[in-house]
Amino acid sequence: MSSFDRSLERARPTHFQPRLEEYNIKGGWSSWNGYKSAEYYYDVALEYFSVRNACGSYDICPMQKYFISGPDAQRMLDRMVTRDVTKMRVGRVSYVLWCTDEGRLIDDGTIFRLSEDEFMLTCGSPCTAWLKKSCFGFDKLWVRDRSDDLAALSLQGPTSCAVLKKMGLTGIESAKPFAIQHFEFNGTSLMVSRTGFSGDLGYELWVEPEQALALWDALYAAGSDFGIHPFGEEATNMLRLEAGFIMPGYEFNEALKTVHFRHDQTPFELNLAWMVDFNKPHFNGRAALLEETKRGPRYTLVKLEVDGNKPAEGSFVYDSAKCSSDVGYVCSAMWSPVVKSNIALAMIETQYLDGELWAEINFSKELRHYSKVARCHIKKAPFWAPERARSTPPLDY
Amino acid sequence: MKRYDAIIIGAGHNGLTNAAYLAKAGLDVLVVEKNDYIGGAAVSRELFEGWTYSNCSYVCSMMRQALHRDLDLSRHGLMLIPYLGTINFDDHGNSLVSYHSEEAAYNELKRHSRHDADAMFRIQADLTRYAQVIRKTLLRTPPDPARLRVRDIQELLFLARQFWSLGEKEIYEYVRFFTLSAADFLDEYFETDLIKSSMASSGIIGTALGVQSPGTSYILLHHVMGDVDGNIGSWGLARGGMGAISKAIHSALTSFGGEVRTNAEVERILVRGGRATGVALTSGEEINAKIVVSNLDARRTFTRIMDKKDLPPGIFEKAMNYKFHGSSGKVNIALSALPKFTNVPDNPYMNRGSQVYPGSMETMERAYDCWKRGRWSDVPFVESIIPSAWDPTVAPPGKHWMSNFIQYCPAELADGPWTPEKRDQFGQTVIDRIETMSPGFKDLIEHMEVRTPHEIEQEVGLTEGNIFQGELTIDQLLFNRPFPGYAQYRMPVKNMYMCGSSTHPGGGVSSACGANAAREILIDLKKPSTVPEDDCYDE
Repeated sequence: MSSFDRSLERARPTHFQPRLEEYNIKGGWSSWNGYKSAEYYYDVALEYFSVRNACGSYDICPMQKYFISGPDAQRMLDRMVTRDVTKMRVGRVSYVLWCTDEGRLIDDGTIFRLSEDEFMLTCGSPCTAWLKKSCFGFDKLWVRDRSDDLAALSLQGPTSCAVLKKMGLTGIESAKPFAIQHFEFNGTSLMVSRTGFSGDLGYELWVEPEQALALWDALYAAGSDFGIHPFGEEATNMLRLEAGFIMPGYEFNEALKTVHFRHDQTPFELNLAWMVDFNKPHFNGRAALLEETKRGPRYTLVKLEVDGNKPAEGSFVYDSAKCSSDVGYVCSAMWSPVVKSNIALAMIETQYLDGELWAEINFSKELRHYSKVARCHIKKAPFWAPERARSTPPLDY
Repeated sequence: MKRYDAIIIGAGHNGLTNAAYLAKAGLDVLVVEKNDYIGGAAVSRELFEGWTYSNCSYVCSMMRQALHRDLDLSRHGLMLIPYLGTINFDDHGNSLVSYHSEEAAYNELKRHSRHDADAMFRIQADLTRYAQVIRKTLLRTPPDPARLRVRDIQELLFLARQFWSLGEKEIYEYVRFFTLSAADFLDEYFETDLIKSSMASSGIIGTALGVQSPGTSYILLHHVMGDVDGNIGSWGLARGGMGAISKAIHSALTSFGGEVRTNAEVERILVRGGRATGVALTSGEEINAKIVVSNLDARRTFTRIMDKKDLPPGIFEKAMNYKFHGSSGKVNIALSALPKFTNVPDNPYMNRGSQVYPGSMETMERAYDCWKRGRWSDVPFVESIIPSAWDPTVAPPGKHWMSNFIQYCPAELADGPWTPEKRDQFGQTVIDRIETMSPGFKDLIEHMEVRTPHEIEQEVGLTEGNIFQGELTIDQLLFNRPFPGYAQYRMPVKNMYMCGSSTHPGGGVSSACGANAAREILIDLKKPSTVPEDDCYDE
């Protein structure tokens, strides 16, 4: 028996851990904010298709959850993020970005308006210190970090609404995209939002930790006839790329963690101009972003369809098949099983967007490296955006 | 009177694909279909309330993804989903489970034979090598080695390059492979009968040959050369049933302005002065067109809807002699619950895929012997699959739809024609076979549809119910399909073409026949091709 103390080196279990362990027969674990998080459970393709074809659950306990309440809560958040928080109605969720004074993207996340004076802010990385800075000058508000003591599970896919209905969440079909509903569950409150990161119909469920396993069991009992299966980070990454959603570490480098000033991004570079609201007064990064609108972003994130079937992972993008001078780089790339297409998100120097684009793709077959040059085509619409993700009630699966 | 640019006879998936590519090129096209629904043998219908039966083809792996993407079939509603869990049963109730994970698959094979577990790696490499060559020919027009025009020479060189790239030893092996029986081929790798028979079954599906018959090793390859998202050998399901493929292509076709008319059976292809000029329907209506494309099989095309007088000498006879042996049956079942199988671990990844009953090499060969004598075996080869365990749309929640494919089932019985009673006896044989490995199975049956070659021919129009529109033997492949000299989709009558599975590359729901034919038609019309290149050349 070893006497070493390695307890802090082990990733912490989430509130759903006992159930996740049953499914994770391959030991496909990684970690997220110190928590044990599944890369995959059995097979990435199987999990990906559980979401596209039926439904899948993703443990989002490690996501950061900050409750911000008090008379100044709205003003504080409105100054912090680039969208107009004052327009948000109670019971709604909004996708938001927040930037440094230089207009560089710190992180993206969602704001839930729980009441006039209470919000929940969720994001992938811890943001306590930035929140504290953002509160400067406001004293009538409280920030409570509930990242560890609120369990959350994402349920995504075409049968997700049917499963929740079967679980007894009467009326869930009336929830519009980005709406919040509350249900009674085992005598406690279960919050359900019609949100997610899959680009398909989906919901996120928020519950007290002591109800987490009961929620899982109820969900899986209801879902057994609807193809429910847990999915991990790798499938998530495929799903979000097809939906055209950005991910830190792929499309953007969080500004506060960036060493070189050219290595982070602005919302305009990420093609998220619609998320920046100059109609509202001062917000963090406003002046710098306004300045950027005059000269335009140096780079622009685009969706690419790449010829052939070799994913353009890590590729440079050129303005001709000769590949003599690069005009951009691929952030994320994959073969999309649903659209049978070789897709990518790439940062391209804005001035080259109208010309030809070619990716130099390296791939290997049986330990031998090969390289090819493939034409890229810019796509305006998301690669995957089914009607059922938008309609209320959701279309039949 | 309106004159279409092209009329396509038969709204199966190849006919629709052909029409879609012609319409995309700006042609005014009409597809005529005898049934009141589209899809041919890629069809799904609600034959029992709440259940969607794909009562002909039932799995998909050959659909050319380049066509899927190019026609934007996903936007038109098509999703192909992989499934896991194949179990093979022998005659003694032993099982061989095909695990998805490499370690489990290896351990399972090792349970049967340490030797065969190792040999599996070798055969997979060999089959992949063979498949990679043949896959590259699917979306290309076969060269005509006798005429040798520039394109023929180019295509022959393309083929030659593919073979040369294998290396000298493998060229010999490949040539041998084409003529071997599945049994002889597998004997070179394996020692365990259950492993051999599990692999050999791919060599007889849809084919009037036995595992010992020369040529069945190619058919084995034909069944493992498809892929799901690059995983060669995998099979998938079309979400919503195989009819979703036809529906999506139909939707693409109409988006290009093409038309489809159902309940419009063709009586005769009209020929004037050696040129096809349109079609006459059984209703008496005549429709004119500059081009007529038949998606019917070769025999039906030349002997049923064409006048022998309109054909050059020999074609009628060639069509009569084209090999079509009806050899397969289908039993489609609505189940009240998911069946359980003996000798299979209760593992959600295992119990929900397909169950295959090869029995043994001997049992399969005996079943073939029965077919030759005009009857079905009491111990037939059955391949069951439960699509509803993966696809939530084809049966009510908690209930299931099971497709059973049976080899062999004669098109004509020795003791007289098929009758409903005989058909039901055949169905009974199949469910008896399943019951041996799934006690209580029969109690789950809510509805059952039994289809012999007779029903398949009557309904879909496939001669003798042959699922490939003609046997996939070497004498009927590549530049010999359907007949030597006519493998480039152009038929002996001017302005007439074929686009069904009777042409290269044959059956299997690939859409390649239809697309290849469209490419040739557009060449003749001197129009730019709308058909994309395949994307498998980097393999």
